[in-house]
Amino acid sequence: MRISVPAAPAEQRLVAATPDTVQKLVTLGYDVAVEAGAGERSSLADAAYEAAGATLVTRAEAWAGDVVTAVEAPGPEDIGLLQPGATLIAPLAPQASPGLVEDLRAAGVTALALDAVPRLSRAQALDVLSTKSNVSGYRAVIEAAESYGGMFAGQVTAAGKTAPATVFVIGGGVAGLAAIGAAVSLGAQVRAFDVRPEAAEQIESMGATFVTAPEAQQEVSPDGYASPLTEAQQAAAMELYAREAAGADVVITTALVRGAAPTTLTAATVAAMRPGSVIVDLAASGGGNCEATLPGERTVTDGGVTVIGYTDLPGRMPRHTSQLVGTNIVNLLKLMTPGKDGQMVLDLEDDVIRGMAVAHAGDLLWPPPPITVSAAPSAATPAEQAETPATASAAPEAATKATPARAPKKRTWPMLASAAALALALAFADAAFLAAFTVFALAVVIGYYVISNVSHSLHTPLMSQTNAISGIILIGALLQLGSSDPVVTTLAFLAAAIASINVFGGFLVTYRMLGMFQKGA
Amino acid sequence: MSVASVAAVAYLAAAILFILSLAGLSKQSTARRGNLLGMAGMGIAIAATIALALDTSERPWGVTLGLIAAVLAIGAAVGTWRARTVEMTQMPELIALLHSFVGAAAVLIGFNSYLTEGHDAMHLIEVFLGVFIGAVTFTGSIVAYLKLSARISGSPLTLPGRHALNLGALVACGALMAWFLASPSIWSLLLMTVIALAVGWHLVAAIGGGDMPVVVSMLNSYSGWAAAAAGFMLGNDLLIVTGALVGASGAILSYLMCTAMNRKFLSVILGGFGGEAPASSSGTADAVGEHRSTSAEEVAERLATARSVVIAPGYGMAVAKAQYPVAQLVSRLRDRGVEVRFAVHPVAGRLPGHMNVLLAEARVPYDIVLELDEINDDFASTDVVLVIGANDTVNPAALDDPGSPIAGMPVLHVWEAGSVVVFKRSMATGYAGVQNPLFFRDNTEMLFGDAKQQVEAILAAVDAADAVAA
Repeated sequence: MRISVPAAPAEQRLVAATPDTVQKLVTLGYDVAVEAGAGERSSLADAAYEAAGATLVTRAEAWAGDVVTAVEAPGPEDIGLLQPGATLIAPLAPQASPGLVEDLRAAGVTALALDAVPRLSRAQALDVLSTKSNVSGYRAVIEAAESYGGMFAGQVTAAGKTAPATVFVIGGGVAGLAAIGAAVSLGAQVRAFDVRPEAAEQIESMGATFVTAPEAQQEVSPDGYASPLTEAQQAAAMELYAREAAGADVVITTALVRGAAPTTLTAATVAAMRPGSVIVDLAASGGGNCEATLPGERTVTDGGVTVIGYTDLPGRMPRHTSQLVGTNIVNLLKLMTPGKDGQMVLDLEDDVIRGMAVAHAGDLLWPPPPITVSAAPSAATPAEQAETPATASAAPEAATKATPARAPKKRTWPMLASAAALALALAFADAAFLAAFTVFALAVVIGYYVISNVSHSLHTPLMSQTNAISGIILIGALLQLGSSDPVVTTLAFLAAAIASINVFGGFLVTYRMLGMFQKGA
Repeated sequence: MSVASVAAVAYLAAAILFILSLAGLSKQSTARRGNLLGMAGMGIAIAATIALALDTSERPWGVTLGLIAAVLAIGAAVGTWRARTVEMTQMPELIALLHSFVGAAAVLIGFNSYLTEGHDAMHLIEVFLGVFIGAVTFTGSIVAYLKLSARISGSPLTLPGRHALNLGALVACGALMAWFLASPSIWSLLLMTVIALAVGWHLVAAIGGGDMPVVVSMLNSYSGWAAAAAGFMLGNDLLIVTGALVGASGAILSYLMCTAMNRKFLSVILGGFGGEAPASSSGTADAVGEHRSTSAEEVAERLATARSVVIAPGYGMAVAKAQYPVAQLVSRLRDRGVEVRFAVHPVAGRLPGHMNVLLAEARVPYDIVLELDEINDDFASTDVVLVIGANDTVNPAALDDPGSPIAGMPVLHVWEAGSVVVFKRSMATGYAGVQNPLFFRDNTEMLFGDAKQQVEAILAAVDAADAVAA
């Protein structure tokens, strides 16, 4: 099959394949065609594509491939060029553009939305949103540094000292973490906040201080994305943003919830910021988190605050973004080419493919059925985590709260019942047994407390020591040895012999082992 | 004052010494004293018991004394010989075997107690339960011993309807107990013993080799309960106290092991896990990819430039007896100023704390041997991790893949380090039968072959580099 790569519209610097990724597609068995000049704005020459095994084609030919990959959603005339039955792989923003989805369905193509990859760990390698968020986060810091009239790192020089810049990052998703990393490495003091409490660890691992505000935080959402907040949480979060922004030189806000941008920085908050400070709004494409943001523009408020609302941050680093997006596409095609024979297989049973599929053979496939991801146990992998914090109203977490509270109770009743039954049974036992049982119960409790303190590294010696001690059964056998019945004496002799092996062997081997443990110099 | 009352005081002293002994074992610095206190307690208990046995002897006391002397001589000779010659890698087998002795002794004492003492209902129940626990411990430990010493296969025996078999056996024992109480006879006791022996055998045979840390500590616990049951039937408080201490100890250890594997105690005990790949392995199939192999020289080079190194040992190190060259390598690296530490997962090896003993044997200082919780946060700042014979305990699928059979098990985050070298004999899966995505990570290299030979080769390469530098 032929994979073709049309050039993006003039304002877009990215391209869906680089010579590197073309080579990988060729090894998957595909013919690759690239529109002449497609890589120019990413500093990738046509000759390099040809050397990697691609053929150069015209725009019309590029849109007429069996599989078309692009970095932007196609315009109406592009859709006209698509062959019925062809597969289009591109960012389609299906939730925001029902018209486009309908056009693609009507054109009879199979459309896979690169920006609708489900948040599964195995789908991480093809998640274009993560890739772009990562680059955006980095670039946001670079843009801020350019507009901020000072150095990010504090310096002490012969001419006096300068304080380090304070950067406040809202949201600990991929973009937020990338921004934290970049700002920290430039030497800034970075503070960050996320409504998801599990993000704290990741934020701190990147070198930022996590701003704690339990009243503003929510519970883990079932699909790995942040979910809307309750009103009380919302109010607390807004207060926190205002407080932090007032003390910051740079604020980078990354709150994008399923394509929509909640407000995090109100006009009043911006007005209260120091002149010369900078806001970078990574949610500008969704309307912006900051009320002063003009999507796509860099503006300066009356109060002297620079507000950057660029929506093309990934495109401002075309070399690496193209390479990373191209690799995401290669990874998707790897998944869809199990035979490595250049034949694409569309497996709609696969959660990843089903999640991305928008249209197929004239059928509308959007939206896909929901899949639930367990984001909580994988808290260690930042890239898999949800994009950002949130706002609005509604409280979906009420249901999740109720269940864990009930679980321990279920166990309590049977335990109480069996304890009562045991007590009742004991009340009927004779005095001698009761005395023995008292000793037994107390010994179990003592054993529990004594053993609980044993350090893990001593568990093997502990085991052989307890083993030796359980050789105490020897004394039972010794007492029976004196019996006049030869059968009893024989059995007792056997029992005593093996139990005494236990006593001697167990203590000595423990002694030997403990002798080996030594402290380092 | 009679012999009996003196013995009772001695027993009290012994019981307290045992408690102090176990308390002493909680720290490295007091462990040795704990061991000696235990010996003292046992000495006192045995001396008092000998006096008591002679006092109550139904034969001429000379004969009884002779028998006791013979018994102790046998025990001392065999026990000392085993204790001196056992290799530290064989510790799990030895301990399992010793457990079986306690079980067997409990069975024999139970029969004796039935033969010599009165037949009131309470005593009969005690005898019955004591023999049952003893018999299960006996055969269970024998099977554990055979599995650990590789005399039989470590893979779980999964008979059809094995849970029903176990349950049926329990019900049969219950019925036999009713019969035994109604009309005490040696036959019902014998029949139950046979069934209990079979249950013990089957129970442990169904558990895979890698779950042995749990099994051995569980049997440790059983041997304690068996001793306590013997104490009940003989009316001997020291046996009850000691048995309860040991029983509690084993139970806690089993619980800790289960927590470390994120498994339910019951599911481990009911067995059937591990040994071969589970049917659900398709969930992890996409983790398979390309692995890169490396050579001992390259690893030596990597170590030469590293500032901090962590070694994660597993059962494979014990099998290859690689702990000695590993210890040498560690001391060589430490001489050159490299920070070297060990990361020991709670279930590494076949016995709780097994790795610690092996490393101690090779004279690795215990303060650089760290536990999972102590070291897990440090991997990110580590240059090189050497994974020697460990697999499931370093599997990132436990965190990333909710469908994995080991999902949720706490693991060592070795993959966060700069680079990881995995020593392995082949690409085969670990005990849990789960493919390990760690092997296919970009920062992972595989060093195939016998762990001992490979570590020796690295050691040689490091020495050669030193010689050149000198």
